[in-house]
Amino acid sequence: MGTTASQLGKDMLSEYQELTFLTKQEILLAHKRFTELLTKDEKDLPNTRVPMERILTLPELKSNPFRKRICNVFSTSEYKDGGLTFEDFLDLLSAFSDSATLEIKSHYAFRIFDFDDDGTLDCRDLEKLVNCLTGETDDTRLTPEEMRQLINNILEESDIDKDGTVNLSEFQHVISRSPDFVSSFKIVL
Amino acid sequence: MAMLFATWKHCVYVFATGLEDEVDTFQEEHERERHRGKRRDGERAKKKKRANGERRKRASNVGQEEEKLQARREKKGRRKRSSSDQQAEGREGDEAEQPTTKSSKAAKTRKNVKNEKTRKVEKEEKEDEADDEERNAKRKKKHGSNKKEENVEDGNKHTVKEKAGEVKKKKHKKVVETSSEKETSEEEDNEEEDSEEKEVRPETLTPEELETLKEAVDERKKLIQGLRGKPWAMKKKLVTLRESQEFVEKYEGALGKGKGRKLYAYKVMMTKKWMKFKRDFENFKTACIPWEMKIKEIESHFGSSVASYFIFLRWMYGINMILFCLTFGLVMVPEALMGRPYGTIPRKTVPRAEAPSAMDFAVLWDFGGYAQYSVLFYGYYNNQRAIGWLNAYSYMVVIRTMARNANESGVGDDNSFNFSWKMFTSWDYLIGNPETADNKFASITTIFKEAILEEQESRKDDNIHLTRFLRVLANFLVLCCLAGSGYLIYFVVRRSQKFALDGLENHTWWERNEVNMVMSLLGMFCPMLFDVISALENYHPRVALQWQLGRIFALFLGNLYTFIIALMDEINLKREEEKIVKFNITTWEASLYNISASENSTAPPVTIQPADVPRGPCWETMVGQEFVRLIISDTMTTYITLLIGDFLRAVLVRFLNYCWCWDLEAGFPSYSEFDVSGNVLGLIFNQGMIWMGAFYAPCLPALNLLRLHVSMYLQCWAVMCCNVPQERVFKASGSNNFYMAMLLVILFLSTLPAIYTIVTIPPSFDCGPFSGKKRMFDVIQETLESDFPTWFSKVFSSASNPGLVLPFILLMVLAIYYLQSTSKSYKEANVDLKKKLQTQNEENKKKNKLAALKAQMDLEEARKAASPSAEHPKNNNASPDQEADEEEDRGRGQRMYHSKNGRSPPPPRHDGHLPATRAPVPRNYHHGNQGSAGYLPGFPRESEARMHRVPSLQRH
Repeated sequence: MGTTASQLGKDMLSEYQELTFLTKQEILLAHKRFTELLTKDEKDLPNTRVPMERILTLPELKSNPFRKRICNVFSTSEYKDGGLTFEDFLDLLSAFSDSATLEIKSHYAFRIFDFDDDGTLDCRDLEKLVNCLTGETDDTRLTPEEMRQLINNILEESDIDKDGTVNLSEFQHVISRSPDFVSSFKIVL
Repeated sequence: MAMLFATWKHCVYVFATGLEDEVDTFQEEHERERHRGKRRDGERAKKKKRANGERRKRASNVGQEEEKLQARREKKGRRKRSSSDQQAEGREGDEAEQPTTKSSKAAKTRKNVKNEKTRKVEKEEKEDEADDEERNAKRKKKHGSNKKEENVEDGNKHTVKEKAGEVKKKKHKKVVETSSEKETSEEEDNEEEDSEEKEVRPETLTPEELETLKEAVDERKKLIQGLRGKPWAMKKKLVTLRESQEFVEKYEGALGKGKGRKLYAYKVMMTKKWMKFKRDFENFKTACIPWEMKIKEIESHFGSSVASYFIFLRWMYGINMILFCLTFGLVMVPEALMGRPYGTIPRKTVPRAEAPSAMDFAVLWDFGGYAQYSVLFYGYYNNQRAIGWLNAYSYMVVIRTMARNANESGVGDDNSFNFSWKMFTSWDYLIGNPETADNKFASITTIFKEAILEEQESRKDDNIHLTRFLRVLANFLVLCCLAGSGYLIYFVVRRSQKFALDGLENHTWWERNEVNMVMSLLGMFCPMLFDVISALENYHPRVALQWQLGRIFALFLGNLYTFIIALMDEINLKREEEKIVKFNITTWEASLYNISASENSTAPPVTIQPADVPRGPCWETMVGQEFVRLIISDTMTTYITLLIGDFLRAVLVRFLNYCWCWDLEAGFPSYSEFDVSGNVLGLIFNQGMIWMGAFYAPCLPALNLLRLHVSMYLQCWAVMCCNVPQERVFKASGSNNFYMAMLLVILFLSTLPAIYTIVTIPPSFDCGPFSGKKRMFDVIQETLESDFPTWFSKVFSSASNPGLVLPFILLMVLAIYYLQSTSKSYKEANVDLKKKLQTQNEENKKKNKLAALKAQMDLEEARKAASPSAEHPKNNNASPDQEADEEEDRGRGQRMYHSKNGRSPPPPRHDGHLPATRAPVPRNYHHGNQGSAGYLPGFPRESEARMHRVPSLQRH
């Protein structure tokens, strides 16, 4: 505990507290978990980027069907490889924390669901989303007919301006009325 | 600061005096301005470097720094000029600024400048509120847009550039401005620039300026506070935070220059301290919540529904803690302080006959012997006036929590986004266990399929008679079960009375503990039976779950009540016994008296050992004993089932799987599921028993506290090591209030018997706080008479006469009725509003559909019409961004050109050259954009909308 605290620095810690929805203990825990992911020689370097494969070994993310998307969304890497620095990691935890606002949660949820990063959820995004939700095995997959119907229904409900896609404000509109979203869009270390 | 101030003074001076002379050529004027600017810019550059660190960083070309400075300088010069133009002549700004205006402006005096400044400040004040939001947005965008603007404007101070900047701004603000409105936008620009200038020199500020500065500082502070709610990358947030903090720190000190400085500084310091304290306190608070980490761990493995059980358990623990404190504080402590110690009076000593076996474990296990006469039970307590607050408190807590939960859950009950919710919110991100994830996948798939089926409504009820018959049969079977279990309990309790009359020592362990064991076993096996029966019914799983819960509830309740009814019989028996004992005692006392009388009172009256005094059976203690036994055995059964049913099963499955003929983990026994609803029900009933028995055994809450504590750890461990999550997860948010409602029902039902006994059954004559009274509630009257002043009892008695009580009750009934009817009407209004919203929604949808169709057609027509003139649509289709890029490129080209020319291009050449090449482009674009409102709604708008979406993504 003492070593991690000294590594992080007091002012950094308070800045991180200011900028995230995390408490001090959570930040320290995150730091500990993050340094565990680093290799030995990486530990000395500041601001190292942990590749996505290693991030995904975290048990909290391991069985999440959106794990790759989550990494990609929160990564600030210029190679788009989904690698996370500690600050990116904190961003991730902050958005998924208990006290994060609905707005920020829904914003990130939208970006996670937006598989092709074009700013809208179109039919292909939705299809991928359904496939993620139903798992990889064949017996849980939906038939193409069911898939078509499902996507049509969703667009019917939430595509308010009828442009064939769901955009961010439509998405937030839908999400904001859901009773379970805030309680389920959480990741805790 | 002082330096800055000096430069500014000097600038004004230069402006005033230097411009008093005629300035003949623009060139000269320009040169002078540059001089003036240079000095100021030297200062400002430093500031900006800090303030716009972000901007700096993003600037791809550091080498352009110099040029930027130049640009800013020039821009400011132009600004000053143009604003003074307005003042002097009130003239609409022409496309270009002619040198002639310069001369007129040159005639300005220093006073004028001042005037202008105050005017501007006033205007800003006015506009500030309206402008606030916009400015905020601007500030954010400034990082991006300002730089570009400058780049564009670089080396070219004519209006063409102004326009380019405007185009930029328009795009960002989503405001379409015509060129005629340019003036206003320019003014805005001016003001913004002005405010920035003011921020630069805080010492010279007038009160109004101070205000604006204060506002700016407050704005920054707000920005800092809201920063965590912004979906930016951490780096950006960090930079913004530092920058804003620096800004705030810098100007906060300067703000309070005058009299209020110290106070202000103090205030600032205090707020800072307060913030820090709040944050620390928050940290402390989260650290103090017990078992938080444990629950989070479980949450991250099993999802939120399992965690909801543990959170409920924790809540129960809290309630019991408070109950315990109340009993401890109001009953036990007074008894310990004021009552006589153990062994001094008969009711606190073990009778002689039982003394030899009082310490035996078997007896203690049944809460006989020492335990029976201990602080645990009702009988121990002296005649004192303790009033049970417990139930009142519990009612309060439960109802309050329920109301809060109802408020929370009352929001999301419209199902207009049925599918979308299933899609977007069904994944529980907390799930960190592959098996749970697999279960979740499966359940989500079934949810989707069900939803689709329901939507199609093609579910035909094949053979409705059979299902109906099966359901009736199932209900019949369940009723049989309930009745059977009720009878069994009644029978067992009666039998145990017979055993008790015979004396417990003559019977086996089973016979002594029959009642509790039978109750626990029934509670264990009947739900399984119900589960099997419910398979007959073929309900929708959610409905089936509700039925199941309802049946278990009925079973538990029935068992509890049969138990109590049986106890009532026993109480009556005890009271019969009591009468005999009472008679015996009087004879015993008489004989004692005779003995002492015959000894002629030479010696003091014989001291009789308290253990030898004969005593009544004390039915209250007996009831308490029963309850304590019940709870202990219930706890034991829970733990044992946990160990055998979960742990042993898990161990067997895991290790026998290596040498078994089928896959145990996937096949028949598999691992047990964590049954949230069953566990919650168990918890609730346990609590009901506590509430019921707490009157007779004041230590029951303490006992329960112990039990909950142990079960918290045990169940946490069991869940983590040997359970798999249940397949059909029902959402945590929906079930919380359901639990609460059950708790309330149980609370009510469990207080009923206690109240009944208090009111109707006379207390035993020689034990407990109410001994010797005819009824338990007599104590109230007695207290009133003896402890309070006489006027109080008079008031009380007059208040309790029927003439007052009846109207009061009537009033209460009326109030309840009124409240109920208003709530009903509110509900109706709510439903109406919802309907309205829905229809509105549908209408909007229809409208949109129509509009989209129309737009499509229009677009087709437009295409047809436009196909001959291929140039026009091409221009239209160019996205604004491209346009802007073009602008920028051109601007850059201009700048390059400019700098090559030694930064002083001949203005006439620009005037002649630029409008010809550049002016048409943006104008053309504007026309297209404006026209699109009615003309081409489909295509360009979409492209524009998409353009906006991307920046908004980054902004939010």
